[in-house]
Amino acid sequence: MRSRRLHALLLATPGLAWLVIFMIIPCLIVFFYSFFERGTYGGIDYVFTLGNFARALEPIYLTIFLDSARIAGIATVIALLLAYPAAYAITLAPPGRQSRYLLLVMLPFWSNYLIRTYAWIVLLNREGLINRGLGGLGVIDEPISLLYNEFAVIVGLIYNYLPFVILSIYASLQRLNPEIREASEDLGAPAWRTFLRVTLPLTLPGVAAGGVFMFVLSIGNFITPDLLGGGRVHMVGTLVYDQFLSARDWPFGAALSMTLIAIMLLLLFLQAVLVNRAQRDRGTAHA
Amino acid sequence: MIDAAAPVIRLQDFSKQFGLVTAVDRISVDFKEGEFFALLGPSGCGKTTLLRMIAGFETPSAGRMFLGTDDVTDLRPNRRPVNLMFQSYALFPHMSVRGNVAYGLEMERLPRAEIRRRVDEVLEMAKLSELTDRKPDRLSGGQKQRVALARALVKRPRVLLLDEPLAALDKKLRQEMQLELKRLQHEVGITFVVVTHDQEEALVMADRIALMRAGRIEQLGDPKTLYEQPATRFVADFIGVANFFDGTVAEGGILAPPHGVLRGAVPGELSQGDSATLTVRPERIFLKTDKPSEADNAVRGEVIDLAYHGSDVSVHLSVANITRHLVVRLSGEETYRPGQSVWCCWNPAHARILA
Repeated sequence: MRSRRLHALLLATPGLAWLVIFMIIPCLIVFFYSFFERGTYGGIDYVFTLGNFARALEPIYLTIFLDSARIAGIATVIALLLAYPAAYAITLAPPGRQSRYLLLVMLPFWSNYLIRTYAWIVLLNREGLINRGLGGLGVIDEPISLLYNEFAVIVGLIYNYLPFVILSIYASLQRLNPEIREASEDLGAPAWRTFLRVTLPLTLPGVAAGGVFMFVLSIGNFITPDLLGGGRVHMVGTLVYDQFLSARDWPFGAALSMTLIAIMLLLLFLQAVLVNRAQRDRGTAHA
Repeated sequence: MIDAAAPVIRLQDFSKQFGLVTAVDRISVDFKEGEFFALLGPSGCGKTTLLRMIAGFETPSAGRMFLGTDDVTDLRPNRRPVNLMFQSYALFPHMSVRGNVAYGLEMERLPRAEIRRRVDEVLEMAKLSELTDRKPDRLSGGQKQRVALARALVKRPRVLLLDEPLAALDKKLRQEMQLELKRLQHEVGITFVVVTHDQEEALVMADRIALMRAGRIEQLGDPKTLYEQPATRFVADFIGVANFFDGTVAEGGILAPPHGVLRGAVPGELSQGDSATLTVRPERIFLKTDKPSEADNAVRGEVIDLAYHGSDVSVHLSVANITRHLVVRLSGEETYRPGQSVWCCWNPAHARILA
């Protein structure tokens, strides 16, 4: 028993070391910064204060938190609505072809996040492909504003994280014994009732995982609101960025970051509870 | 009263192609009202595909299916008054036993009180009344099997299809459930069509058996007919244990050197000189140490080993012109030792000659 535990520890060490050095220590540093005052010329004055957190809850910043949550929420709901049918369609394909479709879903990750986001600027701007296309078809007379607003940010967020949501839902659909759906149909259920009473409840853990993933990545996102929001859409990510790099108020930026991390951890915790409960209900359904 | 001879389901030239493979090949068969029917065969013979087509999960490439006089070939599974009990049971893991059983009636949008009454009734019959609130993962294999059965029976289908219903159970429970299923079928009076690869299971439970091979029905009949009068060597070999002597048709039997003529009734379609096989069941053979009477078929054999089964003994003998060993089943009172030379004898009336 002891040597097995030792083996496990040895195998985990490189990964753990990486996490400690590049994840946990930086987080701790940010955590400490959040309790001190800002230096006059940037940096930190080591005087303890809770003022940064109090300030983070002031209406002007609270609004940004709520806006971020709203934007991330809308993006998450739309992503789930897009991802579920896509994942379902993939599970219906012959087994040999499913991995090919999954590869296609993952294909965008072969290019850089920044480049992909810039590509959306090309697509969405007033002279962009979409405006020209619609104009050419006579659908619109004037170019419509598709860029530098919430719409663009939401489109960008969905585009970037949809593959994760599809994969997460696909995994839970894949685990579902197809005979369970057939049994529902055999017992007299039309397709839509089978979906509502059997398929959806049994794949909720996958939906929750994909949804939380999408929401957490969206609410803290920085590049997408910065590039596609064009400075007009403020989210927590851009706010943190401003505090560290423009306002040079590191302690306040740190406090904002900590608040964001707390929200994310809470969501991940809730999701874990949900998955655990579903697994307890389903028991051997994975076999 | 229901007419025992009336077909409840009629399959007409039912076929299924998967690409180049013919899984089911022009099968025509009637399932009678209230009978226990077994589709028996080795894996890959098409029996499960046939069952899934009857349930509506596979579309036949050709052929029609009639329920009574209605053509139901194109009906979706949820519109067929036929229910399937899946091999994996396919219970809904997020619903209790009661939830599982009530599901099918909720789909019929019956009044709540009636659903409750019928579910209670079926749970009682399946001896599940104590377990109504359990989730499937808290049930034993035998209990799951009963829930799956109750869930299908509560719908009162015209025909209940069962895909290897006992395969997941251990041997002792399986034998118990064979009789239990038969009892239940008798009680509810619904036609059961069961798919199995286990010949013993089919013999014990079924009123009629269709033995399938490569997508076709090799022989259809009651268990006794299949066992006593197998139509082909495949049937004789698949059902129970059989001994085979290869030879050519001769006057009143087959010539199987070096044993001379082994007597038996030669079927009409065979003429002298055709190659043929004589088959005889192990329990029909008896062993003698001295020269047997002229009335019986007899071959010389040497005892190789004995397998003790408790109630009886299987003796394996090496005999000329037999591919495997000759198997003889004895009541257990006689004793033989390996190496002993004996006569293996049987009444010609108990032998069958096959093409």
